[in-house]
Amino acid sequence: MIEAIAAISLLALIFGLLLGYSSIRFKVEENPVVEQVNELLPQTQCGQCGYPGCKPYAEAVAAGEAPINLCPPGGTVTMESIATVLGVEPIPLDVEVVEERPKTRAWIDEDVCIGCTVCIKACPVDAILGTTKQMHTVIASECTGCEKCVEPCPVDCIYMVPIQAGVADWTWPFPERGRPGEIAEPARKAA
Amino acid sequence: MLNIAATDASARKIHPLPGGLHLPDNKHQSSVRPIMQAALPKRLIIPLRQHAGNPAEPLVKAGDPVLKGQKIAQGEGLISAPLHAPSSGVVSAIQSLPAPHPSGLSEPCVVIETDGEERWAELPAPMDYRQANPAAILERVRAAGVVGLGGAAFPASVKLSPRPGDGLHTLIINGAECEPYITCDDLLMRERAAKVLAGIDIIRTLLQVEKTIIGIEDNKIEAIAAMRTARDLAGYEAMEIVVIPTRYPSGGEKQLIYILTGEEIPSGGIPAQIGMVCHNVGTAAAVADAVLEGKPLISRLITITGEGVAEPRNLEALMGSPVADLIAQAGGYTPKANKLILGGPMMGYTLFSDEIPIAKATNCILAASTAEAPDPGPALACIRCGRCAEACPMSLLPQQLYWHSRAKALGKACDYNLFDCIECGCCSHVCPSHIPLVQYFRFAKSEHRREEAEKRKAELAKRRHDARQERLERLEREKKEAMRKKQEAMKAKKTAAGGDAGDAKQAAIAAAAKRAAAKKAERATQGEAPKNTQGLSAAQQRQIDEAEARRAQARKTAHSEDRARPAAATESPPQD
Repeated sequence: MIEAIAAISLLALIFGLLLGYSSIRFKVEENPVVEQVNELLPQTQCGQCGYPGCKPYAEAVAAGEAPINLCPPGGTVTMESIATVLGVEPIPLDVEVVEERPKTRAWIDEDVCIGCTVCIKACPVDAILGTTKQMHTVIASECTGCEKCVEPCPVDCIYMVPIQAGVADWTWPFPERGRPGEIAEPARKAA
Repeated sequence: MLNIAATDASARKIHPLPGGLHLPDNKHQSSVRPIMQAALPKRLIIPLRQHAGNPAEPLVKAGDPVLKGQKIAQGEGLISAPLHAPSSGVVSAIQSLPAPHPSGLSEPCVVIETDGEERWAELPAPMDYRQANPAAILERVRAAGVVGLGGAAFPASVKLSPRPGDGLHTLIINGAECEPYITCDDLLMRERAAKVLAGIDIIRTLLQVEKTIIGIEDNKIEAIAAMRTARDLAGYEAMEIVVIPTRYPSGGEKQLIYILTGEEIPSGGIPAQIGMVCHNVGTAAAVADAVLEGKPLISRLITITGEGVAEPRNLEALMGSPVADLIAQAGGYTPKANKLILGGPMMGYTLFSDEIPIAKATNCILAASTAEAPDPGPALACIRCGRCAEACPMSLLPQQLYWHSRAKALGKACDYNLFDCIECGCCSHVCPSHIPLVQYFRFAKSEHRREEAEKRKAELAKRRHDARQERLERLEREKKEAMRKKQEAMKAKKTAAGGDAGDAKQAAIAAAAKRAAAKKAERATQGEAPKNTQGLSAAQQRQIDEAEARRAQARKTAHSEDRARPAAATESPPQD
């Protein structure tokens, strides 16, 4: 009897210590869901969701404070993957708040630019190059198309231009399913 | 065909391909006529992206005269290739024009108006590849813009430079040409076997391989005979010419290696991983031209065939020749012409216009009649018959890939080895429901690549954003630190100089008060009262008296408060 109690107590002590140690040793500093959601976001840092960047939005989503359909650059695909990660129902993008648009990239009219550096300070990814009273330019490959530089420009010389689809980033189209005779998805369900 | 195989002394064991198809080869239409030199087109349109990798950077501008064989664009980066003027003339423009690409999109092209003189630029001297430094030969091949002419257009020099640790032992030469209708490799081997073999010998010397195996399908009897004769004449006994059964797609790199050696390339890998390299016969001939004659890759053999042309044949055409010009030289269109396909019927793609130029990778123009390229009809539901899986030469499960690709579940499709699909089209060909399976796989592959590219872009943006945040925080910290230091320095200065300054001030005040008191006393002794107290009216006097009384009262209360204060609070300088 006593041995049993002693043995159980010893085991309890050992596991208690083990648990206590691991809770300190393997302490999770940050909600891991934040990082997961952040990975899914397009990192344009555009703030169209109403949060100052992708990470703050990810934090808000993980905390359940923000709906998952606020990211226009990510579009439906991002919304659906966030829904999968969080295990919630997908909700359609709110077209009034956010609408899916073709991808664009900032372009500075260099003849008009006065070199005020305001846009450089606004760019969240350091994609604008230039210095005081010198013409500025956008590093096209680094621009995320967040439009944060457009509004602050005092001479309105920044334009968002649609990215031309080239051969290099062309994708094969999805085979037409609406061809006559093919049993479309809804029809099959009805049948 | 058994007798052909039997004539080779070293009868190599043939490993039959899993899957694959027997297709009506339709090669005789174009192979009965000899190779013809195509006439010089008036205008050559040279796309800057004719090869796998980065597009070339133009070295000429509009208005520049160019000579035949002159370099007009240089390769950008390691995986790229330079371009040369196919004929002499004047560059009329560098502009975006429809390119030979399934998208039909425009690509930057150099447009040359030919002058018909065919004046050659100065070419590098022929090399003796047996004596020359391998690096010099490689450089020559690279500078000649040689790319894989089998279809992928991968820069040949990259595949010709063995990396240490590869342990290459076998060179596979692809003369299978399994796709129906195409005969340009067949004709090349028939008519220019010696050049092909010389090229193979150069490649063999560069790669330092032990074995060289040339695989040719058994439907090219004349080509096999020509190659054997040329080999025996040149004394390349070590080159093994192996006749393989005609079965589509035996000309795929992975398929040919399997047929000839029985070895498989790991999923997602390249032949070098199992010590092999595969080159096309056309590439070998281009290498021979570059090394032995100094000629850059400015022309290639191209099959113009199908019921839609009057005289199907092979042409030696300059790169950049418009398709319409080449069709005209094959007798022009027939009334049956219905559809233009660039490449073969299985893997080629439909052209939207015949204004499009040919590029280094273009091996065939098929002007197909309705019977040759019938509309597959409407796609029906998949009945899971499994014929696609039987036909797949990569032993994949096309029906599973189909469901996942159709549902756009790209991750799942990748789990079923989507990227091992060689897009040969066997599955679509056998599908009784006419499902465009290979279209789904092409869509899924390119979509997955796009998603990956986007992910990389997001990752880059995140890194840049994080770096910026860190920098801003650091600057803020530094600013605060600097401010704090400055404040501290000022405070220190104040306390250092502060004690003395305060004392001096106090001393000055005391001295002034003393002086004033002395003056007042002196005046008083002289009987002078302050002028503002002279001649006061009764009312004024009364006001003064009242003020004095108030002042005295205030002093009294202040004193009593002072005494009531705790000792600690009286550290401040004493008043009065």
